[in-house]
Amino acid sequence: MSFLQLLWYAVIGLLFIIFLVLDGADFGAGMATKLLAFRPNESNLILRTISPHWDGNEVFLVTAAGGMFASLPLWYASLFSGFYLLLFLALVSLIFRGVSFEFNNVAETPFGKNAWMWINCISSATTTFFFGMLFTDMIQPLPIDKNGNVFVSLSNVINPLSILGGIALTAFCLYQGLHYISLHTDGMIRYKAARLNINLYWLAYPVEFLFVIALFFQTNFFVNHLVATIVFLVLIVASTISGQFMTFSDKEIKAYLSSTLSIAFLVMLIFTGLFPNVLIAKNPANSLLIKNVSSSPYTLKVMTIVLCILLPILLIYFAWSYSVQWKRFTLKDIAKNGSQY
Amino acid sequence: MLDFGMSVLPLARFQFAMTTIFHFFFVPMSIGLSLVVAVMETMYVIKKQKIYQNMAKFWGKIFLLSFAVGVVTGLIQEFQFGMNWSEYSRFMGDIFGAPLAIEALLAFFLESTFIGVWMFTWDRFKPFWHAVMIWMVFLGSSISALWILTANSFMQHPVGFKISSATGRAQMTSFKALLTNPQLWYEFPHVVFGAFVTGAFIMAGMSAWMIFRKQSTEFFRKSMRIGLVIGFIACLGSAASGDLQTRYVMNEQPMKFGATEGIYNKTADPAPWAIFQLTNPTKKTANAKIEVPDMLSILAYHRLNASVKGMNEANTSLHQKYDHQFGKKMNYYVPVNTLFFAFRTMAAGFGALAGLAVLGLWFSRKRKNTIGKQRWLTILLSIATFGPFIVNTSGWLITELGRDPWVVYGLLPISAAVSPSTSAAAVLFTNIVYFLLFLALASFMFFYAKKALYKGPESVDDTPDQKTEDPFSKEAFSK
Ligand code: HDD
Ligand code: HEM
Ligand code: HEM
Repeated sequence: MSFLQLLWYAVIGLLFIIFLVLDGADFGAGMATKLLAFRPNESNLILRTISPHWDGNEVFLVTAAGGMFASLPLWYASLFSGFYLLLFLALVSLIFRGVSFEFNNVAETPFGKNAWMWINCISSATTTFFFGMLFTDMIQPLPIDKNGNVFVSLSNVINPLSILGGIALTAFCLYQGLHYISLHTDGMIRYKAARLNINLYWLAYPVEFLFVIALFFQTNFFVNHLVATIVFLVLIVASTISGQFMTFSDKEIKAYLSSTLSIAFLVMLIFTGLFPNVLIAKNPANSLLIKNVSSSPYTLKVMTIVLCILLPILLIYFAWSYSVQWKRFTLKDIAKNGSQY
Repeated sequence: MLDFGMSVLPLARFQFAMTTIFHFFFVPMSIGLSLVVAVMETMYVIKKQKIYQNMAKFWGKIFLLSFAVGVVTGLIQEFQFGMNWSEYSRFMGDIFGAPLAIEALLAFFLESTFIGVWMFTWDRFKPFWHAVMIWMVFLGSSISALWILTANSFMQHPVGFKISSATGRAQMTSFKALLTNPQLWYEFPHVVFGAFVTGAFIMAGMSAWMIFRKQSTEFFRKSMRIGLVIGFIACLGSAASGDLQTRYVMNEQPMKFGATEGIYNKTADPAPWAIFQLTNPTKKTANAKIEVPDMLSILAYHRLNASVKGMNEANTSLHQKYDHQFGKKMNYYVPVNTLFFAFRTMAAGFGALAGLAVLGLWFSRKRKNTIGKQRWLTILLSIATFGPFIVNTSGWLITELGRDPWVVYGLLPISAAVSPSTSAAAVLFTNIVYFLLFLALASFMFFYAKKALYKGPESVDDTPDQKTEDPFSKEAFSK
C-alpha cells in the first residue's frame, strides 16, 4: 500500500467525520423541530439556526463521495451498487430534507409550513438512520464475487448490528443537534434542549452495550484489530459520558465537543476496523483491499495537490460564514421576521 | 429474483436520462437566475435606486427555489454513477472521479456557503459587499459547470489517457489534457450561454405574464427589459458557439452530425438543408422533405460550394476503425429522427426567443411604451418562459444520444457500463419512485413560484409601487 493510498483512505474517513459532525447537527436540529419545540415559532427558531449552513455541510458528503470516486473508485463502484436500495432510501430522505427548508420558507398557510416542518423532522431522522445502517452493513463480511460485485441479500442489509448502527448514529446526531441548539439560541429553548439531552443520553448506554455485542458477533473487528477496536469503543463510551456530564453542568461548548468526539470515534472505529480492506468478502480471496481499489499513482498525485491547495482555502471561508453569522437567536428575532429571509 | 423479463440496461438508461434531464431543468435556471439577480444588485449598487434592490430580492426568491431543487437532484447524480453504472465507474474512475471531486471542492462549497450568507445578510452588509456574495454564488455555479463538463467532454472525446495493460481500465496520463480538451471549450460556452438564455427568459416571461395581468407593471416592465437584454445577448452567444460546435461535431463525430441533418449519403454540391423530413432508419430513406437549397453548405462550411458526408460514410469508417476491437456486430447508427428534430427544435427555439426579445424590447421602450396593450406579445413571452427548458433538453439529447453506442466514445459501449449486481426489479422500483418524486417536486416548485410571483414586488418592500399604470396610456385617460 502506498502512502497516497493510505492518505486518501484517511481523507475519506475525515470527510465523513466532518460531514456527520456538521450536518449531523443539522439533522439533529431538524429532528428537534418537532421533538423539542411544539409551537410553530419555536420550530422556526430552531430551523433558522441551521438554515444558512445545511447545504454547505451537505457538500462534505458530496465531496466524500466524489473523493471516493476519484481516489478509490472500485470501492465507490462496489459499495454504491451493492447497497443500492439502502442508498436510494438515504438519497430520497436527503431530497425531502433538502427541499423542506426552502419550501417551508415560501409556504404561506400554517398547514403548509407545518407539513414541511414535519418533513424536515422525519427525513432528518431517516437519513441518519439509513446512513448508520450503511456504515454498519459495510463492515460485515459480504457476498462479493471475484469481480468485486456485491450481491446483498436482505439479511446483509437488515440485521441486529445495522439496526443498532442506525439507532446509534441517529441518537448521536440528535445529541449533536441539541447541543448546537443550546449554543445558538437563547431563552427557554436553550435550556429545554439541554434538559432533553440529559435525559436522552441515558438511551446511549444500552445501545452502546448491545452494539459492542453485535459488533463482536457480526464483524471481524475483535479478531483483526483487537486493541484499536477496544480503544475506540472505550473512547466512544467515555465521550458520551462526558457529553452528558458537561450538559448537566451547563458547559455548553464542552458538551458540544464531547458529542463531536463521539461521532468522530464512531467513524474512526469503522475505518480502522475495516483497514486494510474497504469491503470484506465472505470468501476472503475476494475482499477488496485499499491497495487494489485505488486510482493510479498519477491521479492520486493530482488529487493530493488539488486537495492541499483547495482544502485550506475553503475551510477559511467556510469558518468565516459561520462566524459572521453567529448569534444567539431568540423568539423575538423570529417574531419579527418569521423564519423568512 | 423477480425480473419480469426485463433487463437492467434500458431501465438504467431511462433512469439516467430522466434524472439528468430533470437536474438540468434547474441547473441552467439557477445559473441564469443567479446572473440576473447579480446584475440587478449591481445596478442597485451603482444607481442606488430602491427598485433594483426590490428586483434582486423578488427574483432572488425564484432563484432560491430553483437552487433548492437543483441541489437535491444533483445529489442523485453524484451517487448514481456508482449505483447504476458500477462497471463504468470501475473503468473510468481514474479519470472521471477527479473532476467530480474538484467540482465539489472548488464549486459546490463556494456556491452553497455564499448562498447561505447572501440569503440572511441583506441588512448586515453594505450593498456593495452584499452584491459580492451573489457574484460569488454565480462564480461557483459557473465553475461547477466547467468541471462537470470536463468530465462529460472526456466521454465525448477522450484525451490524456491510456488503457492500462494490467487492469484493462482507463488511466489518466495528463490532467492538463483533460482541461484543454477541445470538446470542452466548444461545449462549455454553449452550455453557459444556454443557461443565461434560460434564466433571462424565465424572468422576462414571468414578468410579461404579470404585465398581461396588469399588476405592478412598472416593476415588471423594468424586470422584463433587463431579462430580454441579457436574453438577447445570450441568444447570440448560443448561436455563435453552437455554430462553432456544429463544425466541430461534423469533423469529430460525423455520425452524430449526419443524424442531425438526416443524411445517409454524401450530399450534392452545394448541399440543401432540410427543414423537415421523416427519416426511415430501417430503409435508410428520407420522405416528406422540405428543403432550402444551398443552405447546408452555408451552415456547415460558411460557403456556397461544398458537400457534406452522410451517416453511411461515417458507419463505414467507424467499422474500419473499431471492428478489430469491438467486432463487426456493433451498430453505429444513432436514433436519427430524434436527433434531427431535436436539432430543429434547438435552432427554432433560438430563432423564436431571439425574435421575441427584439419585439419585447421594441414595444416596451421608454419613449413609447405600449407593451401593456400588446396582449398577444405578452402572452407569447409568457409562453417563452418554458421554451428554454425544451431547447436545453433537445441540445442534450443530441449530445448524449448522438454518442450511441458508446458511453465513452470509442472506449466503452453502453452495454458494458451498467452495474451487474443490481436487479431489474430494483431499478424499476427506483424509476417509479423518482418519477413520482420529480412530479411532486416540479408541481410544488411551480406552485410556489406562481405564489411568489402573484404576491408581487410589494411582498419584499413596504413602499408601494407608485407607477403601476402608465399615465399616458389610453385607459388612464378614459378613467
Ligand atoms: C452545466 C452544468 C451542470 C451539469 C451538466 C450538471 N450539474 Fe449538477 N449542478 C450544477 C451544474 C451542473 C449547479 C448549477 O452547480 C447546481 C444546480 C443548482 C445548484 O444548486 O447547483 C448543481 C448541483 C449539483 C449538486 C448539489 C450541490 C450542492 O449540494 O450544493 C450535485 C451533487 C451535482 N450537481 C452533481 C452533478 C453530477 C454528478 C452531474 C453529472 C451528471 C451534474 N451535477 C450535472
Ligand atoms: C457531465 C455531465 C454528464 C455525464 C457525465 C453524462 C453521462 C451519461 C451516461 C453515463 C449516460 C448513460 C449511457 C446511456 O444511456 O447512453 C448518459 C445518457 C444520457 N444523458 Fe448524459 N451525461 C451528462 C450530462 C447530461 C445532461 C446534463 C443531460 C441533459 C439533461 C444528459 C442527458 C442524457 C440523456 C438524455 C441520456 C440518455 C441517452 C440514452 O437513453 O441512451 N446528460 N449520459
Ligand atoms: C437558445 C439557443 C440555444 C440553446 C439554449 C442551446 C442549448 C444546447 C445545449 C444545452 C446543448 C447540449 C450541450 C452541448 O453539447 O453543448 C446543445 C448542443 C448543441 N447545440 Fe445548442 N442551443 C441553442 C442554440 C443553438 C444553435 C443556434 C445551434 C447551431 C447553430 C446549436 C448547435 C448545437 C450543437 C451542434 C449541439 C451538439 C453538440 C455536441 O453534440 O457536442 N445550438 N445546445
